Amino acid sequence: MRLELKGITKKFGDFTANDQIDLVAESGEIHCLLGENGAGKSTLMNVLYGLYQADGGEIVLDGKPTVFAGPGEAMKAGIGMVHQHFMLIPVFTVAENVILGHEPTKALGFLDVDKARELVREISERFGFDIDPDAVVGDLPVGVQQRVEIIKALISDAQVLIFDEPTAVLTPQETDELMQIMRQLKDEGKAIVFITHKLREVKEVADKITVIRLGKVVGQAKPSDSSEQLASMMVGREVDLSVDKQPAQLGEASFQVKNLTAFSAQGSKVLDDVSFEVQRGEIFVIAGVQGNGQTELAESILGIQDKVSGSIKLEGKELLGRSVKNVLDSGVGFVPEDRTEDGLVADFTIAENLMLDRSDRPPFAKGIQLQLKKLHEFAEEKLKSYDIRAQSIFSKARQLSGGNQQKVVLARELSRDLKLLVASQPTRGLDVGSIEFVHEQIVAARDSGIPVVIIATELDEATQLGDRVAVMYKGKIVGIVSPETPREELGKLMAGISA
Amino acid sequence: MKQQNLVREIFSGNAVIPIFAVLASFLFGGILIAFANEEVQQASGYFFSRPGDTISAVLNSVFGAYDALFRGSIFNYQASSAEGMIKPLTETLAYATPITLAGLGLAVSFRSGLFNIGAQGQIIFGAMFAAYVGLSFELPFLIHMPMAVLAGLLGGALWGGLVGLLKATTGANEVVVTIMFNYVALLLLTYLLKTPVFQAPNQVNPISSPVAESSRLPGILGDGFRLHFGLIIMLAMVVAVWWLMHRSSIGYQFRALGYNPSAARTAGINIPLTYILVMAVSGGLAGMAGASQVLGADRQLTVGISATFGFDAITVALLGRNNPFGVLAAGILFGGLRSGAVLMQANQGVPVDIVLVVQSTIVLFIAAPPLVRSLFRLPKPKAVQA
Repeated sequence: MRLELKGITKKFGDFTANDQIDLVAESGEIHCLLGENGAGKSTLMNVLYGLYQADGGEIVLDGKPTVFAGPGEAMKAGIGMVHQHFMLIPVFTVAENVILGHEPTKALGFLDVDKARELVREISERFGFDIDPDAVVGDLPVGVQQRVEIIKALISDAQVLIFDEPTAVLTPQETDELMQIMRQLKDEGKAIVFITHKLREVKEVADKITVIRLGKVVGQAKPSDSSEQLASMMVGREVDLSVDKQPAQLGEASFQVKNLTAFSAQGSKVLDDVSFEVQRGEIFVIAGVQGNGQTELAESILGIQDKVSGSIKLEGKELLGRSVKNVLDSGVGFVPEDRTEDGLVADFTIAENLMLDRSDRPPFAKGIQLQLKKLHEFAEEKLKSYDIRAQSIFSKARQLSGGNQQKVVLARELSRDLKLLVASQPTRGLDVGSIEFVHEQIVAARDSGIPVVIIATELDEATQLGDRVAVMYKGKIVGIVSPETPREELGKLMAGISA
Repeated sequence: MKQQNLVREIFSGNAVIPIFAVLASFLFGGILIAFANEEVQQASGYFFSRPGDTISAVLNSVFGAYDALFRGSIFNYQASSAEGMIKPLTETLAYATPITLAGLGLAVSFRSGLFNIGAQGQIIFGAMFAAYVGLSFELPFLIHMPMAVLAGLLGGALWGGLVGLLKATTGANEVVVTIMFNYVALLLLTYLLKTPVFQAPNQVNPISSPVAESSRLPGILGDGFRLHFGLIIMLAMVVAVWWLMHRSSIGYQFRALGYNPSAARTAGINIPLTYILVMAVSGGLAGMAGASQVLGADRQLTVGISATFGFDAITVALLGRNNPFGVLAAGILFGGLRSGAVLMQANQGVPVDIVLVVQSTIVLFIAAPPLVRSLFRLPKPKAVQA
């Protein structure tokens, strides 16, 4: 099967999301669509999948121009999609999920669940998925849920499979396994369109690469091109992918965590005797697959984790048991993992967000009277120095891109007198340009002579940024290693196998 | 293209839906008025032979009713004296005073993410505290009156703040607690009005003596009008609430809590304390509504002191989009409906209940912006770019 997109144009009001995009997907080929967040990748795929109607251009399937009125028609034509956010019903079993939308029926319209089970088992065996058709989807790990999505696409006999940012939620191992599955699908003669902004993955599996930027195709690339070349095409300027940092100038160990143990509200142990020390001028990365206690560790430092014992000392001062305000006032800068949920008030303006943690004190308040003039001067200055792209300091935080939102959070946290910086997944969901910026800021904070703790789920980030890397597994630190440690070894640690 | 965006911006703005919701409710009210009208019913009996009769009856009934509503609430051009002409407007403002004060209180809590529906109880507490001060002391006016008003504020703030305290310490849901507290306050008032604490000597009815002259809110425009100094307090509070919410660090923290409690917590804002403060401020404003009734309007404490102001205030706060000036506009609208309804019934025989229906449908329409939009063919607000 050969799928051709010719000159696809899609506009939203004044904004052109896709501008004359051409793309060809052929059987037995993995075609990567590479571009930053917001470059128009997902829009293009939604046009192809019939979720949007193109304003110009055409979709040609095996030489025949086609129009899809909706996903149903696209599916019938043999196009399947594995969405970034899974479209599964958590309380249904695998079999029930997989047949949703085209349920096989017996006489009198009874649901033929046996047939569904059979189908799931068959595909599962063919690809070595090892999935129980009767398992409830909500109970499955994300990696397995993704396979259910794949089965769902295959069961409707899709010939073209679109993967939309499929690795965002996966561990390194699961990512490797997914790459393997994609190759296998390719060998079966499927055409695969793989949307991503991660260069490593592209170089690993792509046969062809199309790079798009700001809604336009900027060119084709080869998997053999260097990461730097790919990144520059994607971003539109020279990009330095390695984190640029001098050797650490280490000082005393001013941040100490000892025997930290915490329990969840349900009573299970989420932190298990965690101890470490971080020196001034050092970036200490805590790596690990999400959900192994990192969030709880960060929240313990900030003072919002209940049921926690042990000790957290910053410059000899015990932080555990203090209020959040007190911890922040002790000189802790905190960049939360989920910036829209914990870092920002989306309905506040940029200026208002910049004083979220210090609205009650000078220079932003005199008594209880807000000093808006001072705030606006401060905000104007930060808008410039952090290159926050917004119409003005009065733009609402929700109107900003992820990268610019993170810049607002960083501008706020780094503008206090810090004695410690804690950042949880500081580059999650950001584009290459913003990642570069965030990394620079973190290194600058380190070089100012404070201890820095970074929680990272991506190995590349952990090893590039860190001066030392600790790996967490099931609430424990299973190893503290040098960032030069080979990837495989780190991967093993992340899976709980201590060296 | 530019112009289209402008239109869009105006229509997605805050004031549009409430204004059209009010409009829609009046249209709906008009239909009900027509249906309930006897002449319309009679004329519709021979609709097919003389449809003109039905149509003119409908127009007569609806325009007559709304004309009476206008004369009863804003300007009575049929009155014989100048005093009579402006009287309706003063009545409207007199009604608007307690509703707006309580509405301001609720707006503060709604903005802060707390659904305080206990204004009714908080008004009662404010009224009791104010009445106690007004009944128990003999002081110079310049001390006594402000003291009684502040007592009202304190009473409401305590009763509201207690809800905040319960939420902060035990996680109790403020909706449930405030509903229950409304009953507690009313029953307490009823009880106290039968004991010497409040009950007037030689009285069998649950009613207090008039509050001391020196504690009363003086009338504005003289004895012929019910308008009193409470109106000035109310207007001052509109500005004060605006300042509190938009120019003070406390209001900033209130809003942060309302928009995103997790971010507020992560930024070190003391959430339990903020709960208590929000509820105290909210209750305090409602308490002032109670004080204004006891010291200005009724001048004595009765079981019916809070009327339905606490519940009307919920609608007023919603209709005013929790913005102090919006609340003022909504409060005046509701005051007008209330004062106009009297004349509407007396003059046109339209039941007062029609006004209640209009008030209720306003709530319905506000709660369903898409309905209002499709009714008036307003453009959809611009979707937020993901």
